[in-house]
Amino acid sequence: MSTTRAPYVTTPIEKVKTWFKAAPVTKFPSNGGACVQYKGKQIAVFNFTKEDKWYACQNLCPHKMEMVLSRGMIGDAAGIPKVACPLHKKTFSLDSGENLNGDLEAIAVYPVKVEGGFVYLGFSD
Amino acid sequence: MKTILVIGNGMVGYKFCEKFVSKAPADAFKLVVFGEEPRPAYDRVHLSAFFENEDAKALELAPRSWYETHGIELITNERVTDIHRTTKTVTTLSEKTYAYDLVVLATGSSAFVPPIKGVEKKGVFVYRTIEDLEETLAYAKTLTSDGLPKKAAVLGGGLLGLEAAKAVLDMGLEPHVVEFASKLMPRQLDTEGSNILQSKLESLGIHIHLNKATNQILGADHITGMEFGEDDTLDVEMLVVSAGIRPRDELGKTCGLEMGTRGGVVVDNALRTSDPSIFAIGEVALYNQMIYGLVAPGYEMAEVAVNQILGNTESLMSAEIDMSTKLKLIGVDVASFGDPFASADKAHAIVFENKFKGLYKRINVSTDGSRLLGGILVGDASDYNNLLQLYQNAMPLPENPEDLIIGARGEGAASFGSVLDLPDTAVVCSCEAVTKGAICCQVDAGIETLKDLAAETKATTGCGGCKPMVDDLLKETLKAAGKVVKETLCEHFDYSRQELYDIIQLKGIKTYDALLESHGKGAGCETCKPALASLFASIYNETANKQETIQDSNDRFLANIQRNGTYSVVPRVAGGEITPKQLIVIGEIAAKYDLYTKITGGQRIDMFGARLDQLPSIWKELIAEGFESGHAYGKSLRTVKSCVGSTWCRYGMDESVSFAIELENRYKGIRSPHKIKGGVSGCIRECAEARCKDFGIIAVEGGWNLYVGGNGGANPRHAELLAEKIDNKTVVTYIDRFLMFYIKTALPLMRTAAWLEKLDGGIDYLKEVVVQDSLKICEDLDRQMHALVDTYKCEWKEAIENIEIQNRYSHFVNSDAIDENLNFVPLRTQKMPELWKS
Ligand code: SRM
Ligand SMILES: Cc1cc2nc3c(=O)[nH]c(=O)nc-3n(C[C@H](O)[C@H](O)[C@H](O)COP(=O)(O)OP(=O)(O)OC[C@H]3O[C@@H](n4cnc5c(N)ncnc54)[C@H](O)[C@@H]3O)c2cc1C
Ligand code: SF4
Ligand code: FES
Repeated sequence: MSTTRAPYVTTPIEKVKTWFKAAPVTKFPSNGGACVQYKGKQIAVFNFTKEDKWYACQNLCPHKMEMVLSRGMIGDAAGIPKVACPLHKKTFSLDSGENLNGDLEAIAVYPVKVEGGFVYLGFSD
Repeated sequence: MKTILVIGNGMVGYKFCEKFVSKAPADAFKLVVFGEEPRPAYDRVHLSAFFENEDAKALELAPRSWYETHGIELITNERVTDIHRTTKTVTTLSEKTYAYDLVVLATGSSAFVPPIKGVEKKGVFVYRTIEDLEETLAYAKTLTSDGLPKKAAVLGGGLLGLEAAKAVLDMGLEPHVVEFASKLMPRQLDTEGSNILQSKLESLGIHIHLNKATNQILGADHITGMEFGEDDTLDVEMLVVSAGIRPRDELGKTCGLEMGTRGGVVVDNALRTSDPSIFAIGEVALYNQMIYGLVAPGYEMAEVAVNQILGNTESLMSAEIDMSTKLKLIGVDVASFGDPFASADKAHAIVFENKFKGLYKRINVSTDGSRLLGGILVGDASDYNNLLQLYQNAMPLPENPEDLIIGARGEGAASFGSVLDLPDTAVVCSCEAVTKGAICCQVDAGIETLKDLAAETKATTGCGGCKPMVDDLLKETLKAAGKVVKETLCEHFDYSRQELYDIIQLKGIKTYDALLESHGKGAGCETCKPALASLFASIYNETANKQETIQDSNDRFLANIQRNGTYSVVPRVAGGEITPKQLIVIGEIAAKYDLYTKITGGQRIDMFGARLDQLPSIWKELIAEGFESGHAYGKSLRTVKSCVGSTWCRYGMDESVSFAIELENRYKGIRSPHKIKGGVSGCIRECAEARCKDFGIIAVEGGWNLYVGGNGGANPRHAELLAEKIDNKTVVTYIDRFLMFYIKTALPLMRTAAWLEKLDGGIDYLKEVVVQDSLKICEDLDRQMHALVDTYKCEWKEAIENIEIQNRYSHFVNSDAIDENLNFVPLRTQKMPELWKS
């Protein structure tokens, strides 16, 4: 399978070299997610409309290595923003990528910014 | 600083570490732990769970980082090969040497493999470690890959053997249990109990062979069968040996510790071996001339050893070890406690047997009638915890002890009284030795949920068998303290589902976001969102398209997500009636999109493997041909299954197909706490299996019999009779009211069967409400149901007519590319997603 974790590395904002212009804000569902393609990678982007916050992480769920996280439900656990995988409901912090209800490896998370009605994702390459 | 070497990182070795770090003063000791297995200690008791998810991490008792945080050096993949008592050192397989002040032997035991000719053949496995399971699974997969039925045997019909048999069944093989003794679970059950258990297991598809001594394993290179006597053989292609355990006592033997005649390192009640610097705990330790193959005694040993090492020499092992056990997982309840066989001079046995229902209960009451000495439960072990408490705490028995197993029928477990009557010293969770006192004390100190209670006391975290009792204790203690026990939805809403139903309806709240704003907190989660989506749907009959991001993953895209993230497509085929033309249309569409097709268990056709982006066009084509959504994804009506009925069948008493179609079309699309299924049979031969459905009707002389609250699935339950010999119109009225009452009052994800079981007064009460209108709500129920029926629309039709909704179905927001990570492999003449690698 071509799906491996290798291309996905958490990118702190100070390491960002490229701000990739992904899509207009209106293309993303409110309080939900959608998937962005970037250089062969799949990045899940989530719009927390009520809090006016955006998060991004790898679309690959580390549980069974399927490209599904963008289709998961979002919310929070004790204030930590999270996404629940649509396949088996493993939940991941969108702040740190940590698996909140198990011991799976953390997922990679990426910085997001919104400018002029567009969503930009930060990458180190 | 003293160095303690813990040899063995299994369940008991880990428990030793856990207890040690919680009690030992910092920096006084250094713990070094050796584990032969490649990973840190895991929950062997729930090893079978590995079959479900193949997730080894989920079984871990603590991650590696836990050992680090507590300053413990954990060396896995390393076997200790020798203990040198004179120099106080040990050496390992990789020839490293470590010095010690104290050694704790926790090497556990290994599966015993009897010396049968041919056991070394390929396809013969044991059942002890994750690696054993991985190998067994891999082998089973090669056997089942051609899709033909295959047999596998389990040698040993004890507690573990039966668990292994269930695992074999789950692997898709036909299990055969081979037992040497004349009964199953010989250490726990009497012959009657074993007989009932045998017929239960056989009904699950597990074959049982008793009184069989295996002479040899047949086959050239791989196992092909087992031979018991001349002309007495069994063809099998795999064997799991579960014939008992042997202590891993080789280290004790070679360094000259005192050993039991049949193995095991002898320890006293302080867990010391014959060398005062060496302790032994768990399944390697021989205490009271016994090896205890259970975790609870092992955990007690860990606790006592820690106390002894830290100088609390008054802490000693109990003189008598309780061997009560409950079989888990297999789909049939079995438990035994105390002395299950108590002889006639010590006790009178009271026995209740119902072969028809597969129940066997035996209690042994002391000859003076005052105390419970032990017992056996087969078929229904729900009273196990209560009986165990009576026995362990030598509590006085009710006047008629038989009430304990027969029960004051209809009134629940009244004969046990309240859990609060237990003495404070009663051990409620035996794995973690948590007493009733300790639990109540935490609740008094402010704990209000089972989760927090588990975190604080560790109760329920072992085998989990005590969960119902701990839950009762929590609720009763809260109640006694005057606190309201509320089934709140989750951390975001302090209301129950029923309260939220009323809030939404009374205040006319229309969206989840508005409700969260006015009555909730935070950003919501995967528990409250779908539960509330279901409420909005039930109250306003809105489709899942309206608030799509609060829907469960399946409802959001109006399709069931499959293993690889593709979806299935299930058009409605009401009552199972389908025309040749419709069959052709489905066939053509499936062929065009290269979908895997299968007839479902619900009498319709499922097409699997559609990509997210293909769903709208597939549905466009189906709808153009007159199909509509089958709601296979929703918590809503699935199918109303029917038999062919009087239109064709020579026994038919009425037109079951026509009625099934009418009912299916009536309730389609209605959202409910869980899915709803119906069935209509044309006569009492019951070919539509109506009595395993949420509502089922059967044609009889003079009308229909209506049954409700049935369930297949994990906990099958037959539906109960709500009304007899009623006409079509009355059937519809009663089902309307029954469903509406359920929709309004059930907990999220609670099927009608579980709801009816919890309903105070059960089916009789339901009859009063639905038939006699005792609550005077029938008018409301009728009106609400009519409103739902009248406002039905096909949500797929809505989706394909709305471009905004269709736009949700592209894999990427910034590209029309398709997901290139999907890989399919051939399966017979069709295809399936590539298997998961981890
Ligand atoms: C396709 C099908 C199996 C098949 O190939 O035959 C099936 C497939 C699934 N069943 Fe089923 N069940 C199917 C008939 C049944 C039946 C038989 C029946 O309806 O007569 C039962 C037992 C009867 C019952 O429900 O009482 C059944 C009891 C379950 C259960 C256990 C429910 C319970 O109360 O214990 C689940 C799990 C759940 O819903 O939580 C489940 C869940 C599922 C899920 C939804 C699991 C999931 O979330 O992925 C599967 C979705 C497959 C898909 O994508 O379409 N399925 N499932 C059948 C679809 C019927 C249909 O036409 O809609
Ligand atoms: C499938 C299954 C189901 C079970 N179900 C139940 C149940 O429902 N209830 C119940 O009470 N009990 C149950 N048990 C039994 C329970 O798992 C054991 O009682 C418990 O694991 C014993 O713990 P232990 O630490 O003594 O031994 P183990 O868990 O076997 O741990 C010993 C460890 O020491 C390692 N080791 C051995 N020798 C060396 C050496 N020389 N150097 C380094 N490491 C070494 C071994 O590899 C092993 O990892 C079940 C067991 C199995 C296999
Ligand atoms: S279809 Fe039903 S029974 Fe079969 S694997 Fe899926 S959930 Fe289990
Ligand atoms: S694949 Fe994501 S939770 Fe299983």
